[in-house]
Amino acid sequence: MRWRGRPCIPAGIRACPIRSAVIDQVIDVLLLILLVITAIAVVRIKSLFAVVMLFGIYSLITAGIFVVLDAVDVAFTEAAVGAGITTVLMLTTLARTGHKQAPARHSPALPLTVVIITGAVLFWGTQDMPRFADPGAPIHLHVADRYIEAGPEEVGVPNMVTAVLASYRGFDTLGEVAVVFTAGVGVLALLGVRRRRKGDGDG
Amino acid sequence: MDKNVVLVVFAKILVPFILLFALYVQFHGDFGPGGGFQAGVIFATGIILYALVQGVDRAMAVMPPAVLKPMMAIGVLLYGGVGIASMLLGGHFLDYGFLAHDPIHGQHYGILIIELGVGITVAAVMMVIFYAFMGEQN
Repeated sequence: MRWRGRPCIPAGIRACPIRSAVIDQVIDVLLLILLVITAIAVVRIKSLFAVVMLFGIYSLITAGIFVVLDAVDVAFTEAAVGAGITTVLMLTTLARTGHKQAPARHSPALPLTVVIITGAVLFWGTQDMPRFADPGAPIHLHVADRYIEAGPEEVGVPNMVTAVLASYRGFDTLGEVAVVFTAGVGVLALLGVRRRRKGDGDG
Repeated sequence: MDKNVVLVVFAKILVPFILLFALYVQFHGDFGPGGGFQAGVIFATGIILYALVQGVDRAMAVMPPAVLKPMMAIGVLLYGGVGIASMLLGGHFLDYGFLAHDPIHGQHYGILIIELGVGITVAAVMMVIFYAFMGEQN
């Protein structure tokens, strides 16, 4: 018995699909409402300090949505990177730049029009997307079967995500690590790390 | 720092657990969610928390930038080195099956080492970026 593409653990006739359907939908809707509220708050609030904290909350809610979608690895990354380290790095950036948004000098009509049109086009585009968890979706027809069926024998790692990221797509991951390294080198080249002397305005 | 006693004491208690959790995520990534990237970020978060409550200078005494800068490159080199090693042992680049007699064992070694490389680079880069941003303020 399956619900939204995932097997129901207690494969009972009654209990599993009904309960999990209602609870999943309630949690989905609640998380999405929270996401919209946070997004609106981010747009309206002028204090950048509060905006950074709200972005952290936004990432945490997104991580919750990923958990509901059974994408635990992605949720973990979102929580650690989006809610955790990005928030700290943005706060340290604010400490260098100031934490008040500059007042707008132009009317919001043109940007609003662009955003509404873009949003409408994107929404229109979702009509062409395959249904959620559709096994016939193009992304599931290429190599996914091979990863799922042959992964345990070929790689022998219980976590399929690790098998794909570290072994099947090892070259991609090497590229990602190179990107992180480049980011570090870039920051070092621009700012550098200076050890502050004692009594040098150390607060 | 004397005015935030609760914060300082609580952070002091939390930091070792954060670092331990990072190591768990690092070496348990084959079985549960997580891996080198998440582990590196969590490890860096632990040190950054220490820096936020104890001051950057004390954090730099624990994790000196002079050590972190080479670590950034060592992680990438470790990853690439596994690829070169599997080439020297007769396979393709990053074909871990050739790292041991049993291909499955080779895959395990390969994944363990490259995840370690990812973790080292990510942790070092995150800490270095934090140090760089905290460097010249006040």
